[in-house]
Amino acid sequence: MADAVAAGPAKAAGRGPWRLVWDQLWAKGSARFGLVTVAVLVLAAALAGPLSSLGGWSPEEFDKRAVDAYLGGTPKGDFGGISTRHWLGVEPTTGRDLFARVLHGGQVSLLIAFTATVVVVVTGTLAGIAAGYFGGRTDSVLSRLMDLTMSFPSLIFMIAMMSVAEDVNRILLITLVIGLFTWPGIARVVRGQTLSLKHREYVEAAKVGGARSWRILTREILPNVSGPVIAYTTLLIPGMIATEAALSYLGVGVRPPTSSWGQMIAESIKYYETDPTYFLIPTVFLFLAVLAFTLLGDALRDILDPRGGRS
Amino acid sequence: MILYLGRRLVGVAGILLAICAITFTIFYLLPNDPAAAACGKTCSPERLADVKAAMGLDKSVWQQFADYLTGIFAGRDYGTGPSAVHCGFPCLGYSYEYSLPVWDLLTDRLPVSISLAIGSAVLWLLLGLGAGVTSALRKGGFTDRTLMVLSVGAASLPVYFTSIMLIWGVVRTAGWLPYPAYHAFTEDPVEWASNLLLPWIALALLYAAMYARQSRNSMIEAMAEPYIRTARAKGLPPRTVTVKHGLRSAMTPILTIFGMDLGGLLAGAVITESIFGLPGVGRLFYDGLARSDQPVILGVTLLAAFFIVVANLLVDLLYAFVDPRVRY
Repeated sequence: MADAVAAGPAKAAGRGPWRLVWDQLWAKGSARFGLVTVAVLVLAAALAGPLSSLGGWSPEEFDKRAVDAYLGGTPKGDFGGISTRHWLGVEPTTGRDLFARVLHGGQVSLLIAFTATVVVVVTGTLAGIAAGYFGGRTDSVLSRLMDLTMSFPSLIFMIAMMSVAEDVNRILLITLVIGLFTWPGIARVVRGQTLSLKHREYVEAAKVGGARSWRILTREILPNVSGPVIAYTTLLIPGMIATEAALSYLGVGVRPPTSSWGQMIAESIKYYETDPTYFLIPTVFLFLAVLAFTLLGDALRDILDPRGGRS
Repeated sequence: MILYLGRRLVGVAGILLAICAITFTIFYLLPNDPAAAACGKTCSPERLADVKAAMGLDKSVWQQFADYLTGIFAGRDYGTGPSAVHCGFPCLGYSYEYSLPVWDLLTDRLPVSISLAIGSAVLWLLLGLGAGVTSALRKGGFTDRTLMVLSVGAASLPVYFTSIMLIWGVVRTAGWLPYPAYHAFTEDPVEWASNLLLPWIALALLYAAMYARQSRNSMIEAMAEPYIRTARAKGLPPRTVTVKHGLRSAMTPILTIFGMDLGGLLAGAVITESIFGLPGVGRLFYDGLARSDQPVILGVTLLAAFFIVVANLLVDLLYAFVDPRVRY
C-alpha cells in the first residue's frame, strides 16, 4: 500500500509509512487520549460478556434487592446504587446491573457504527473512484445521485423508514438506513481526489505500460486516496454513533430487550432528577466514544490529508 | 446569471419531484393501511371500502401519485357527495387524524420551527464564528487551545443531554425561566424570545462547536493565502485585512454547510422540539409517526426536502456576493 509514500524519506528512515503515522499520532496528546479511549471502549464492548460476568451480573438479570420498593423502585444507596455488588449501580424498578447493560449497549452501538461506516466507506469509495476516474456519463449519473441523496432530509427520512418497518432485524436495518444517506460525503472527497490523481505521471505511465482500468484503479489510485479515506472514515464514526443514539433515543432504533447507549439514555431520561447516575452513565459512555473518535479522526486528518491541518 | 438561475430552478424542480416519487413509493410499499387507521377499530368491510375510495387508495399507485401531484398544484377533493372534503391549492394530502389538510397543519406549526431554527442559527453563527476566528488569529496560543478543547467537547454532547441539563439547571433548579411554551413573535416578542431561549441555546451549542472548528480551519487557510500578504504589504490596517480579505474568503465553505444545516433544521428539529414540548413541524412529524398518520409524514418529509433544496440554491446564489471569484 501507498508505494508512492514508501519511496520517499520514509524508507530512508528505515520505517514503513504506517509506522510514521503511528509515531506522529502518538506524539500528539489529544490523539493519544483518543486512541487509548477508543481502544478501551472497543475492548470493553467486544468483551462485554466476560467482563460483565466478572461483575457477576448479566444485562437482563433482575435484582429486586438492589432497589427500594417503597420508594418507587429507586436504587438503594447513594449514586444510583453504586457498590461492590453493582459497579455502576442499577436500573430503577428492575435492578438490572448498569455495568453489564452499558457494556452490552456499547456492543450494539459500536457494532452499528462500525458496520454502517464500512457500508458507507465501501460504497462511497467505489462511487467516488468510478465517478472521478471514468468521468463523462458515469460521473454525471453518480454526481446527480449524490446531489439527490444529499437533498433528502436524512434524519426525518431515517426516522420515517425506521418507524414503519416492522418485524425485521433492526440492527441490520439501522445500519443500512444510516448507510443509505451517508455515502455521498465520502464519495465526493474520493471523487475530488481521484480527479486530481488521474492525470499524474505515474497513472499515465501505467496506462502507457498497458495496464487495464481495474489495475490502475486498485494499484495506482486506491492506495493514494487511502490517506484521506482513512481520516474521513474515523471522522464518520462519531457521527454514526450519534445518529444511532438519536434514532434509538426517539424510539425508532433498536428495541428492548436489545439495548444501546441511545436506548438506555431514552429510558433513563425520565429519572434524571430522581436517579441522575442512571442518566449520566450511558451519556458519559456516549460522550466519551464520540469525543475519542473525533480527536483521533482530527489527528489522523492532520497527518494523512495534506490539505487538512498543515496550512 | 439568469440562465444559471433558470437551469438551477429546473434542477430544483427535478430533485423535488424525485424525492416526492421516492417518498411516495416507500410509503405505498409499506404494510400498514392508512384507511384502516382512519376508519377506526370497529370498521365493517363495506365502510372500509368506502373510506378507501374516499382516500383514493383503491386506485393504482400511478393514479394515486398523479392525483397527489395534481393536488399540489390544483387542489383536490377527497370523497364524493356531502361527505367530500376539499383540500385547497398546495394540497399535500389530508390528515384524517386531525381532519385537516396537511398544508394547514404545516403552516400552523411552521412559525414555531422557523423561530427555533432562525434564533439558534443566529446564536450559533455568532458563537461559532466568533470562537473560530478568535482561535485562528491566535493559532497555537492558550485561547486557541481552550476554545478548541471546549468546542470538541461541546460537539460530542448529544443535544438531548444539553437540553435536559438546561431544563434542570435553569428551569427546575434556578427557576430563572419558565418551562418553554411557544408565544407568537407578533403577540409578544419578549415572551417569544425568553421562552425560546433555552431551545435556542441547546440547539446552537452543538452547531456552534462544529462551526468553531470549521471556521478556524478555513480562516487559517485563508490567512495563509498570498493575497493576505499583499494586503498587509499595502499597509492596510490589520482589521481590514482580517475582515475584508480573510474572513470573506473563509466564509465560502462555511456558507455551504450553513445552508444545509439551516435547511435541514427548518423542519427537522425533531429531538429539540419534542424535549422542549414545542409544537413545531418536527413535533408534528413525531406525533404523526406514533399515529401512523401517513399524509402528515409524507407532507413533513416533502417540506423538509423543499427547505434543504431551496437553502442550497440560495447559498449557491449568495456565493457570488461573498466570494468575488465566483461568477455565474
